[in-house]
Parts: sequence; structure tokens; C-alpha cells
Amino acid sequence: MPDVFPPDTVRCDACPVLCYIKRGHAGACDRYANVEGQLVRVDPHILLDRAKSQGTPLVPFLEREGDWDGKIMKGQETFVTAIGAGTTYPDYKPAPFIVSSEVEGVDMVTVVTEGIFSYCGVKLKIDTDRHLGPERNLVRAKGEPVGHVTTAEYGSQMLSLGGVHHLTGGSKSEGRITCETLLDLCNGKEVELTIDEGAGVRVAAGKPPVVNGQREERMRVGCGSATIGMFAKQWFGKVDDVVVVDDHITGVLSEHQAGKLLGVRETGIAIQGRRSTPGRYFQVAEPGTGWGGTNISDPLTILKPFKPKFAWPRLRLLMVSTTGEQFAYYELDEELRPVEKELPDALKESVGRIRENCEPALTTVLFMGGAGGSLRAGVTENPVKLTDSVKRKLTRVTCGGAPAYIWPGGGITFMVDVTRMPENAFGYVPTPALVAPIEFTLKKDDYAVLGGHVAYVRPLSDVLKEKERQRQVASHAKNPWPLKPRNESSES
Amino acid sequence: MRDPALIRMLPDGHRLHLHDGPIDLIIEADGSPQAVSAAYEAAARRFVSILDELCDELPLLRARAKKHSERPCGLIAQRMFAAVQPYSEDCFITPMAAVAGSVAETILETMTATATIDRAYVNNGGDIALHLADSQSYKIGMVERPDRPSLFGAAEITSADPLRGLATSGWRGRSFSLGIADAVTVLARCASTADAAATVIANAVNLPDHPGITRVPAREIAPDSDLGDLLVTRGVGPLSQSEIDAALESGLFAATALRERGLIHSAALCLQGHTRVVLPFLLQSSFESFQRSLLHA
Repeated sequence: MPDVFPPDTVRCDACPVLCYIKRGHAGACDRYANVEGQLVRVDPHILLDRAKSQGTPLVPFLEREGDWDGKIMKGQETFVTAIGAGTTYPDYKPAPFIVSSEVEGVDMVTVVTEGIFSYCGVKLKIDTDRHLGPERNLVRAKGEPVGHVTTAEYGSQMLSLGGVHHLTGGSKSEGRITCETLLDLCNGKEVELTIDEGAGVRVAAGKPPVVNGQREERMRVGCGSATIGMFAKQWFGKVDDVVVVDDHITGVLSEHQAGKLLGVRETGIAIQGRRSTPGRYFQVAEPGTGWGGTNISDPLTILKPFKPKFAWPRLRLLMVSTTGEQFAYYELDEELRPVEKELPDALKESVGRIRENCEPALTTVLFMGGAGGSLRAGVTENPVKLTDSVKRKLTRVTCGGAPAYIWPGGGITFMVDVTRMPENAFGYVPTPALVAPIEFTLKKDDYAVLGGHVAYVRPLSDVLKEKERQRQVASHAKNPWPLKPRNESSES
Repeated sequence: MRDPALIRMLPDGHRLHLHDGPIDLIIEADGSPQAVSAAYEAAARRFVSILDELCDELPLLRARAKKHSERPCGLIAQRMFAAVQPYSEDCFITPMAAVAGSVAETILETMTATATIDRAYVNNGGDIALHLADSQSYKIGMVERPDRPSLFGAAEITSADPLRGLATSGWRGRSFSLGIADAVTVLARCASTADAAATVIANAVNLPDHPGITRVPAREIAPDSDLGDLLVTRGVGPLSQSEIDAALESGLFAATALRERGLIHSAALCLQGHTRVVLPFLLQSSFESFQRSLLHA
């Protein structure tokens, strides 16, 4: 092995060859390179192609040779993304690409750079009623802590992964595994996570979560109480009472506000658990993987005996879970005991409708990063002006062409749905930190005003000439076209 | 952070793609669906440990091979060493000169040992190991400029030919070359010997001290290159006809010598649109017919 290297030689750890890579060169695989002293993945630079429909399969990196037809899109139809653009960070130098194009008669400038984010993480929304683990408990990947369980939301459990403390604040291995986990999630790959005192999950952006080996199919239509509200009218007259079993809030038609309004008669039903407001019960059972996220398989176990003062023989009762996947129909006998009967046709439709209204359960991955640091220097000589311009919505921020939500308050802290970005848009540096594309688009006049690197602005046609390193992909159908001049009133 | 090995079928549903670090294999087998899938599975299973196995002995594999050099332990490494051994007396060569062919050959062997298939190839970035059962054949197209793929020649290899390896080397390829050939394609008994021979012949297509050729110490580009401070070709300016002839003659001389030693079967040498071949028998006719109508891939 050579012993003396120029100071900006990097050692790549993407594979066991462990290449030493000099500044400006690539490793043995041609996939990783030393860009300005940083190890970066050199996937081809991605241009969004507005004309192609969303259905066009994106060409994965490894197939790029020959698969790209070499077509160059014209004018406004092409948006230069930051994916593969490289970065000049942390130097006070203009960003790698500052591209001008005329759109609907307005001169626009897009500043394109890959940001190196030490301050970043992902927010996971896992659609499931199953109990994944206690709030605040650690979430681990390969045994290393990479995040924690945060709030439970409507039909979903939120996890917060990454962040600077896991990336750089823990052991070396914690940082490495955190970086790897974030990278895989952001690039749409499946990741296996375990929650302390909780479940094991396999998650990938835009795919159904797998909880303890079981794939989630549907989200609940709502909580038990909401389900009563939604379907009360359809049940009225066809059945005397309905219990929607839910681990969070079990609903009872005859006591619920919705039932009262319709004039549903009192039935003398009595439910286990803690009554919250009329027709809404908490803790009817333990959490589990049975009916409505409880641990029960026989719904009668949550009923106490009917009150003889109100109940009557042949009273008709429907019990159903929040996804409609479980249901049972009963009629009371002479002793006011429920006896299971076949579900009448008149009720089948409503049970089916609960199921129909349950959306597919998915995992959502939002990348969150802060571009408040010196990355801004690649855009303007006066970084705070960029922040200000973003806040005033004069500058649009996109990630690989996908719209980014900007947090109010200081800095440019943004979130983006990774499924709306082109494939494999993220990379990493061994610092460890994630490399994410970020583009700032604004009117050329505004760019000059905020102290932009106007001398480095190049026309789009000029950038398109460098086609060897470029790849064109379809723009995501749901994304607004990033170059469209901003209509202040329509932007939220 | 270690990227996991990639194992997948290509979109055509028939070819297998294996990728790990700098190794990238395209594999295709023909035979019964059961046999093909068994062969693919065996290939993938063998594949995932290859990079680690080679990297364990990387310093040794990057060192100049000499007659009494320490022998590597790994089976692929031994195959690499054996492939370059015939040249170790005459020139600087390291076992890395045969790494691609040796990996291809090893994967192919794993496949044929597992399943009975009609024919198969393992293409490791242009270094190809072939399997041909009785009365099977492959038609091979040759490309001189990877950046502008067009066939400059073709050859048909049948099961009767003693040829199961094919390799291409040149300064435009992914590995460094000491010579100026755009491409030297070699047919040999097996992929590892073809790989080493293509490297040696491509190095021999040369015009020492020519001012139009840009040469850089390998280490200046890749600090850990096995070629150390040897000058590798990074650019070749336009050459006159006599210069092209001289460079090709020099390569042809080396190729002929290797053929006489039984190390190669045939070779095609390309430089700036001119091609010379060292061909024994009927390949000549098929080669020439393709030469007349250059096909675009």
C-alpha cells in the first residue's frame, strides 16, 4: 500500500476494495468518486422530463448505459435536478449548477446543488392499529439505536429516525447504522426495525408495513366512535344497536350522539372499559392483534349483561371492528343473552362499506433536513437573504424536483415525501451524513437582488450539452412543475 | 458503509445481473427452466462471497507475480495467479490482470457443476466465460470503442472449438493499459487465460515515446493501483497510417508469440479504426464477412 497521499485523497468504504480515491477521480467501480475531497456517489445527473408520463419506468443506475435514448428535451420541459450534481459545500463557492431558463416569458434561475446533511432524519408514518411499542422507546436497526417511537396518529404510528444525535452523537457504529438506515429508507429500500419492548417492523416508503411478520392490508376507516358517526344512518332501522370495537375508542350506536339524533332507542347495553362521553369507551380490552387493535377474538367478552329495564328479547345487535374485517350479529333470547345469528343481508352492505372505506395501509417516509447552514453560500453571497427569500416564497425549494414543505421559523428546515423524488436520489458521505438534492428556483431579477452568483448563471441549453453524465427521468405526475413561475396567491 | 451485493433479473426476464463493488456480471443460461434457475441460484450463492474472498488477499494480488512469488490461498486468486504466471518472467504483471476472467470462469463452473445446461455465458465487463454442451454454439460480436458501440467483427464459437474464454483489453476500458490499442479481443481456452493475454497484447500495441500519447503514472490517478508508478495511457492523439501499422505490428508480434506458446487461440487488435487479426482457421471467413458490413449494435 502506498504510504503518502495528497491530503485530499479519500478512502471509499462502499465495498471491501477500500479504494484510495484522489480528488476528481472515481474508484475502481466508477460509482463512487472524490468530489472536492468528499466521497460521493456519482450517479448520473438527473434531469426531470416533463413530457414523459409518470408510468415510464425510471432507469436504475446500473442499467444506464444504452438504456437512455440520448434524447434531449427542449427549453422549459426540462428541469435540472440536484441529483448527481455534486456540491461545492462547505466551500464559499457558487453551486455546481446555476441554470437559467425562460418560462412563460419570465426568466427563472435554478440553483442546483447536492447538500450534505448532518442535521437530517426521517419521519415515518406507519399505517397500523397494532401496538408497535411504548411512546418514547428506542427504535433500533441492526441493534443500534436509530430513533424513537413518537406519537400515535389517526390509524398510524409515527416514528422519528435519525437526527444529529444518532448520526454524530453516539458511537461510531450507531452513526454508521443510522446513516445506512436513513439512506435506505430515503431511497425506497426496505428496512428492518425493532422497537424496545415492542414489535419488529419491516418498512419501505410507499409499501404496506409488515408488523411482526404480518403484512398490514388496510387502515381503519376511523376510530370506533367515528365509524358510528359515519354509518349510523345506514344502520338505523335495520338493527337495534351497533358496537364498533376499537382499542382506542369503542363506539356504541344507541348511546352515541349520532344515534341519539336519529332517535335510536336505548337498548340497555353495557360495555367493559372506561366511558369517556356517551357512546364512547376507552380501554375495553388490552391492545393486541385481534378485533380493532384489541387482544380479543370473541367480541362478547367486552359486553356486560344487558340491563333488563331497557333490553328486550329479539333485540338485534351488530358488533364490528374498525376495518370491517371482523363482524358478528346477535339477537337476544328470552333471558336477554346474545345468541349469534347469520348476518342479515340488510347489514352486509354496511359492513362491506366499512371495508371499502379503509384505505390501503402504507408506510410514508418524509425526509427532513436543514439547509440553514453554509449550503446557502453556494446560492448567494449573503446567505440570510436566501432564507428570507424562501420564507417570503419568492424562492421555491424542491428536492429532486419534488416540492418541499418549509418549516416556519428560522433556517431552511424542510420535509419532502421521498416517493415523489426520482429513484436513488440520496447518497451519503462517511462523516456520516446524508447527501440529498436541493434546488432553489426563483426569478432571475430576484436572484440578483439577493446577492446571487449571477456571473455563474448558465443557460439551460448549455447545461444540456453535457449529456454524457445526464439521465432524463419522468417528472412525478403529482408534483407541480418546479419551474412554473410562482403565482403568489395560489401557493400555500 | 458496505453496499449489499445486487442480485436481480434484468428486465428481459432471462438474464441474471450480479453486482458487488467493482464486479458486475451479466449471465445468461439456456436449458430447461429448472436447470437455468438452479444454475442462477448457484451463481448468486457463490457470487456473494467473492469480493470479500478477493479483498482478503488484495495486497498479494496487486503485487508483481514472479516465478517464486508467494501463492495466494483463495481458489479464484490461485486461478488469477496461474493465468499470469506464463508472463511473469518477461514483463511486469500482477494477478489482477486476470481478475475479471477468473471471476467469470469461477461463476460459470459453479453453474455447470450444479445443473445440466445447454449453454451459458458469464460476462464480467467484457471478459466472458462460455459453456457449450454438444452441438451448441455462440455468435460473438466484438466492439472496439465502448463509448461508441458498433461491431467491428464477429466470431462463431461452437462446442467443437477448444475455446471457452473471451476477453477484451484496451486503454479505453475500465482498467489501465500500458498500450494504445482501442481494443484487443482474445479467444482462448478459458476466460482467465484470455483475460491475462488480452492485457499483455494490448500493452504491446504501443509506440514508445510518441509525443501524441498522454501517459500518467497509474498511482497519480488511483493511489492504490497495482501498476504503481508505471505510465498508463490516458489519451492517444491522431496517428499516421505508418504509426498505426507500427503499433499494430508490435502487438501482432506479441500475439503470434502467445499463440505459438499455446496461450491463446486467436486475437483481434484494433487501433484508430484499423484491425489486425491472428486467426487460425475458419474464423477468418466469418470475421471478414462481418468486416465488410460494419454492423451497429
